[in-house]
Amino acid sequence: MSMETTLSHDTPAHDDHHHDKPRGLARWLYTTNHKDIGTLYLVFSLLMFFIGGSMAMIIRAELFMPGLQLVEPEFFNQMTTMHALIMVFGAVMPAWVGFANWMLPMMIGAPDMALPRMNNWSFWILPFAFTMLLSTLFMDSGGPAAGWTLYPPLSLQGGQSFAFVVFAVHMMGISSIMGSINVIATILNLRAPGMTLLRMPLFVWTWLITAFLLIMVMPVLAGAVTMLLTDHFFGTSFFNAAGGGDPVMFQHIFWFFGHPEVYIMILPAFGVVSEIIPTFARKPLFGYSAMVYATASIAFLSFIVWAHHMFTVGMPLTGALFFMYATMLIAVPTGVKVFNWVSTMWKGSMTFETPMLFAIAFVVLFTIGGLSGLMLAIASVDLQYHDTYFVVAHFHYVLVPGSVFALMAGAYYWLPKWTGHMYSETWGKIHFWVSAISVNILFFPQHYLGLAGMPRRIPDYSTQFADFNMISSIGGFIFGASQLIFVGVIVHCVYKSRQKATAQVWEGAKGLEWTLPSPAPYHTFDTPPVIDETTIAHAHSRH
Amino acid sequence: MAQHANDSYYVPHSTKWPIIGSVGMALMMGSAAYWVNESSVAPWTFLAGALVLIYMMFGWFGEVIRESESGMYNSQVDTSFRMGMLWFIASEVMFFAAFFGALFYARVLAVPWLGGEGAGAFTNEILWQGYDAVWPTAGPEDLGGPFAVVPAFGVPFVNTLILLTSGLTVTLAHHALKKDDRTKLIGWLLATVALGFIFVALQIEEYIVAYQHLGLTLGSGIYGSTFFMLTGFHGMHVSLGAIMLAVIAIRAMRGHFKPEHHFGFEAVAWYWHFVDVVWLGLFIFVYVY
Ligand code: HEM
Ligand SMILES: [Cu+2]
Repeated sequence: MSMETTLSHDTPAHDDHHHDKPRGLARWLYTTNHKDIGTLYLVFSLLMFFIGGSMAMIIRAELFMPGLQLVEPEFFNQMTTMHALIMVFGAVMPAWVGFANWMLPMMIGAPDMALPRMNNWSFWILPFAFTMLLSTLFMDSGGPAAGWTLYPPLSLQGGQSFAFVVFAVHMMGISSIMGSINVIATILNLRAPGMTLLRMPLFVWTWLITAFLLIMVMPVLAGAVTMLLTDHFFGTSFFNAAGGGDPVMFQHIFWFFGHPEVYIMILPAFGVVSEIIPTFARKPLFGYSAMVYATASIAFLSFIVWAHHMFTVGMPLTGALFFMYATMLIAVPTGVKVFNWVSTMWKGSMTFETPMLFAIAFVVLFTIGGLSGLMLAIASVDLQYHDTYFVVAHFHYVLVPGSVFALMAGAYYWLPKWTGHMYSETWGKIHFWVSAISVNILFFPQHYLGLAGMPRRIPDYSTQFADFNMISSIGGFIFGASQLIFVGVIVHCVYKSRQKATAQVWEGAKGLEWTLPSPAPYHTFDTPPVIDETTIAHAHSRH
Repeated sequence: MAQHANDSYYVPHSTKWPIIGSVGMALMMGSAAYWVNESSVAPWTFLAGALVLIYMMFGWFGEVIRESESGMYNSQVDTSFRMGMLWFIASEVMFFAAFFGALFYARVLAVPWLGGEGAGAFTNEILWQGYDAVWPTAGPEDLGGPFAVVPAFGVPFVNTLILLTSGLTVTLAHHALKKDDRTKLIGWLLATVALGFIFVALQIEEYIVAYQHLGLTLGSGIYGSTFFMLTGFHGMHVSLGAIMLAVIAIRAMRGHFKPEHHFGFEAVAWYWHFVDVVWLGLFIFVYVY
């Protein structure tokens, strides 16, 4: 298949690329360019990461010692709730959409995202949504304080702010759904000729499946919070037993969204790590198609495990058994993934640049989080672990050295492609080592705290937990502070670095994005690229 | 396959409409939040937000329609639009699924448990002894007082026939469009719009009867909650669909759409079939069964 293709704006000619690139603020407000929008998403999510992170620092400061030291318990609860909502919906999810915007068109040989105007809207809803969410902290009632899971009846006892939380969640959902529609249309419709589905880079595959998950579950969350809203303000009885409803029903609906949601945050991470490890091991990804099928299986299973969050609520024995075994089944495709990453590294000629360091740390530390998840999946012992710091340790292992480390790995990996400059490898490595060590000081002791019985979501604790909490808090402060290094590295790379990046950037890098110059041109592919063995990322696979 | 589709990539200009939409949406949602908290200005700011959103839609869709009519879109753009619409409808299906899920959960599990079945033995024994768990119910405390249900084979059945007929008329309009028979196209479209609005009118009438004569309100326990939320959201979707159909009819009168190229029409027709199917689910599980 050969073809001549032009990139047309309003007129078929493409001689004046700059005419649709206004300067200053207008450029960012009106842009339909996937790279601009990607940058907006990434900068926004970094900001949210620091806002959510500051809240975590407040929590850890309060927990530094037993007793009530710094904040009122009510405010503490607002902090845990807001921290989580912001980290999940404001930091990690938008960051992945930012990566999708930047990388998907480049990886599949497309000119841009499929629906560029809607792409702009997906982003520009978010600043409004999060302003609304954050504004609740300044209301008389304070912010939401019932935990990010918003369980009734507790969440219904929040004051004025509750409605703002519900509508902010609606806006985030609308943004996510539009973003996912765009991702799916781009991947299914804009691949360059020859970029067959099983030649797509894994990051593309994982995002395709993530987008599907988002479209399936974000509306369910919207339904759940709508029912909360009407129960609170319009007298419905969805979650009120006196009227024939059931508060437990909320938990079912919420977790039908909530469990796929955790895979929404981790599947793109799997994708990024599957791009990085082959590059620095200088070997093709081991078991490419197995990785694709494993991702799809995980996504499928994620729909039928939700009640593992509800073992202590009480459910029929058969229900508990079903959800326990279904959950444990997820370990199989996940194990396939970990095995394949390790096998990719096996006998590779490895080097350890910053992206690779983060990727390897991801494999090890995410696996720890996965294994503690398996422990939690055992219904009978979850009765002991549930709602303790063991759970906090578990999900932070998968989220922080999991999702967040993969985000950082990806940022270091593609920064030269985005900016045209190399970042400082020395400072990148310093950032890595300080983060990797402190994150373990921060979260590892929490396993023991949980096993010893310390409950989550409390501002105070009995004195036998004091030592490990202090250690954890110290780790937290170091981890928090070390993220400033990350900002420093990025700012330096964007504005100061003199070291020009080559097109390929990394010696072992393969795939379409590395055939483009660094920085990648404003419009990616004017003509569909030729897809052959040298340009596909997983050239060894037989197709 | 891609030979024709890819011969010219289309990338639009930068656009001001989304940010206007965001401002409108934020104004609307923020006002809604103040409104439920009983602010007296909120209804007005809500209205302002809605107007901004409507202005945005006119501007945005107008631009897309102009571009489409001037032949700037190739088949690849068309496919992107189609995928966008289909996945949007998929997300809508899941939104309704949440409320259907609540209905099934209440009927199959929550209410029988409150009546002492299975896991609920103690709740019944200790809190609500003697509660007879039959559907429909306003719960063990009979929230909202006694009520009667809307009989299925009255207005709802008529509405079912109306919506099914409208599914047929919109299909006839589509066939007419494909044969480039403009008169029939516009005629069948207007018939569909009319049926849509009649449906909504009858639904409103049904609500009035429910509130004034049957004692059935949003506050009538779990039955009232599921009944009004499901039919209410469905009714909103029918209204929206009917408005979109009206826009399509106006465009058809202005000579828009070609026999081989009429995505706007098809998108709205898909949407219409979707609200139709949701209604069938409603009719069966909310009214009949
Ligand atoms: C700077 C790193 C972080 C620190 C120090 C930190 C610390 C904490 C602390 C102390 C809690 C409260 C636990 C409790 O009292 O129950 C918490 C809760 C939580 N965090 Fe983080 N966290 C960090 C990063 C993240 C990230 C990146 C995410 C998600 C992507 C995340 C998601 C959550 C969630 C979902 C909760 C549960 C909130 C709830 O109980 O409703 N955290 N975190
Ligand atoms: Cu889960």
